[in-house]
Amino acid sequence: MVALQIIWFLIIGILVIGYAILDGFDLGVGFWHLFAKRKGDRSAFIRSIEPFWDGNEVWLLTAGGALFAAFPAVYATAFSGFYLAMMLVLLGLIFRAVAIEFRNKVDHPGWVKAWDVAFSLGSILPSVLYGVAIGNILRGLELDEYSDYTGGFVALLNPFALLVGLVGLSMFAYHGALYLAMKLEGEAAERARGWAAKSWWIYLVLFLAAAVWGLLAYLRDLKPVPPILLVLALAEIAVSRVLNAKGRAVQAFLSSCFAIALVMLSVAAALFPYMVPASNDLELSLTIYNSSSSQLTLTAMLVIALVGMPIVLGYTWFIHHIFRHKVEVREE
Amino acid sequence: MDAVMLARIQFALTIGFHYLFPPLTIGLGWMIFHYNNRYQENGDAVSQQLARFWTKVFAISFIIGVASGIVMEFQFGTNWADYSRFVGDIFGAPLAAEGVFAFFLESSFLGILLYGRKRVSQRMYWFSSLMVAVGATLSAFWIVVANSWQQTPAGYEVVEGRAVLVNFWEAVFNPSTLPRYFHVVMGALTVGTFFILGTSAWQLLKGRHVEFARASMRSAVVPAFGVIMLTMVVGHHHGFQVSQTQPAKLAAFEGLWETQTEAPLMLFGWPDQEDETNRFALRIPGLVSLFIGGKFDTEVQGLKDFPPEDRPPVALSFWSFHLMFYMGMWMALVAFVGVILWLTKKLATTRLFLWAAALTVPVPFLANEFGWIAAEVGRQPWVVYGELRTADAVSSSVPAGQVLASIIMFSLIYSLLFGLWIYLLRRQFHRGPEPIETLGEGKVA
Ligand code: HDD
Ligand code: HEM
Ligand code: HEM
Repeated sequence: MVALQIIWFLIIGILVIGYAILDGFDLGVGFWHLFAKRKGDRSAFIRSIEPFWDGNEVWLLTAGGALFAAFPAVYATAFSGFYLAMMLVLLGLIFRAVAIEFRNKVDHPGWVKAWDVAFSLGSILPSVLYGVAIGNILRGLELDEYSDYTGGFVALLNPFALLVGLVGLSMFAYHGALYLAMKLEGEAAERARGWAAKSWWIYLVLFLAAAVWGLLAYLRDLKPVPPILLVLALAEIAVSRVLNAKGRAVQAFLSSCFAIALVMLSVAAALFPYMVPASNDLELSLTIYNSSSSQLTLTAMLVIALVGMPIVLGYTWFIHHIFRHKVEVREE
Repeated sequence: MDAVMLARIQFALTIGFHYLFPPLTIGLGWMIFHYNNRYQENGDAVSQQLARFWTKVFAISFIIGVASGIVMEFQFGTNWADYSRFVGDIFGAPLAAEGVFAFFLESSFLGILLYGRKRVSQRMYWFSSLMVAVGATLSAFWIVVANSWQQTPAGYEVVEGRAVLVNFWEAVFNPSTLPRYFHVVMGALTVGTFFILGTSAWQLLKGRHVEFARASMRSAVVPAFGVIMLTMVVGHHHGFQVSQTQPAKLAAFEGLWETQTEAPLMLFGWPDQEDETNRFALRIPGLVSLFIGGKFDTEVQGLKDFPPEDRPPVALSFWSFHLMFYMGMWMALVAFVGVILWLTKKLATTRLFLWAAALTVPVPFLANEFGWIAAEVGRQPWVVYGELRTADAVSSSVPAGQVLASIIMFSLIYSLLFGLWIYLLRRQFHRGPEPIETLGEGKVA
């Protein structure tokens, strides 16, 4: 049973990492969307993510479903506790989805402009809020004996959580710029490389600040692990910068993927075995041991995951293979 | 208004909106596969034209299904936290399986269907079109499993106030899963086929894109007839299953107060929950007994057998069930006349029929909505039938004001999305299909 609970903690971690890496790049593209001023750039941005973004978002849905199935108490506490924040995430994701699909459908300046704004804000809002949520979970939430969150909305906007929110935004922005540098051609790719180089500094500073703060304040049972992972992440972040400077776009992007994975792993390690630590009384916390589903459910779900996930990775590879070409920027 | 009521309103609003789109895309998905398949088999250019046009309509509708579906995935946690705690051991698994087995499949191959036509072989394109339809139909399976378990729970036991899984397959194939799934899929195919039929009839009435509209109508009329008949046959079976597992719900559907043999079918009437009678009732004697037991002396349980606090809202259950039923009869009539006209080669020229078909476009959507309202309201006061009351299922940590705020937010967003959907569809219909000569070029959506 304990093994199953740990495995499920890891599987949820993998789903979240998959989501952060994959949707991370298209959320990042959304961030840069408003900065693109040249004719044709914006529609090229959309085309660069068009075949992928929906599949990327399914990682989030699957992570949500898996959390519900494996740790229902965490699903219930986290989403009811983060109610307003969650509604804002949904608001962003709804507009973003529709914007990607509808923007290029009607050739009218007002229409296009409105969807440009919707796409960008719809990308920025979730990017920040994911970080805020992670920051709050790392700090711990105020829970009552029914494991309901009692802290209220404003308490979620504390300095540490907001800092982590900005880390999320800068991480995805950097990641998205690298993606664009890899997917676009010519000048547009050059500009994206420039954005990556600039946003790297912001990413680095915010990341270091949050990492140090987190390590000093919020370590739990696996004390030595998070620092090691964070140092590795830092190394990957540095490597991706060097590769980007050399114009090795694909490798730079892949390094950024690894960096994101390491950052998320360090969060998982800092939490383990807690899933929602209670800040008021650690006894009230939700851990992987007291919040999981039954052994039978975890086993059945493990079979589903073992059968399903290789197929999913297969689709993901396949679709990136089919759309592996670069996206051209057309004057509209 | 209390938090429970608000949470219920929010759920009804968001799922009711979501459910306008999946049935359409499931139905269109299979029709598009049918067109691609014909093109694959005999290179018929009109089939290709049909596939291309309806894929565009599909894309516009699909995206709203996605946008509103994301909300659903998290709503159990946000608004129904105590429900989630109670059912998590069982209910989460189908939601996760839906992601792993259906949404990934659908979204990946949809990328190819919409943007990859020139990047893959003809055969691969055909296959992608099949996978999109299969993916959509599979996702309906898993969600129906989840819902059916809450209607007719099985394969579990309640331990320390939580439902705990004891038999995975019994929970998945609980008594109502299969009847509900087949009925839901048939209802979805009804939406898709009647949509093509009716919108094309409208094009003909307006004299737009005449050749193409005729081809569309011809392609949809026989499938429409087939699926509406199947919807009703399977629906009848589904009704039988309800009578076996949820007798209070069935009694509400039929407005039946007294337990009796020769139970009558009430065609029209207003059930009065207070006085425990029906007003303005118009009945056919014995028919409900006949439907359920195959003979007139089958005993059917009435509402008075259940304590008042265990009865669902009767009038709402009765009327949503009956509206679905009447709409089904109407569509069967339309499709039947359509097939006759098709056989006599008058399908595209009989104006009265064109009007009827065009005005029927909203009907299958409404029939689906009413069917769900009947199923869900008829389940009240239980959220998990016989185990957990709706009133005990909400998120107690969420203040009512926040729920109200989110209801307002969703109402505004969904009105906007609905308006945009209609606007983009109208544009698409005005523009019509691509000319056959240029079909080889460009992306689909
Ligand atoms: C085009 C749509 C459509 C049409 C024409 C019909 N239905 Fe239906 N019906 C649905 C679409 C639908 C649905 C939306 O798919 C429901 C909602 C929940 C469900 O299980 O399927 C449903 C529910 C539903 C239920 C309730 C199930 C429950 O409470 O769990 C019954 C008994 C029937 N149907 C029976 C029928 C009969 C006898 C019909 C004959 C005319 C019929 N339906 C036509
Ligand atoms: C309350 C329960 C429901 C939840 C949690 C839910 C969840 C979702 C989600 C998250 C999506 C977006 C998937 C994507 O990004 O591709 C979606 C779309 C979809 N849903 Fe739902 N849904 C619910 C009800 C239903 C029902 C009742 C059906 C069918 C019987 C259904 C069928 C579909 C289908 C086929 C899609 C694909 C998108 C489309 O074709 O429009 N859903 N749903
Ligand atoms: C897609 C079509 C559906 C429609 C139109 C629909 C409609 C409704 C309505 C009207 C209610 C409020 C009933 C009341 O409170 O009186 C409701 C409640 C609910 N439904 Fe559905 N439903 C659908 C599908 C589903 C599915 C697929 C699931 C689960 C997988 C589901 C789970 C629930 C839950 C948990 C509630 C809240 C508790 C309750 O009020 O009983 N619904 N739905």
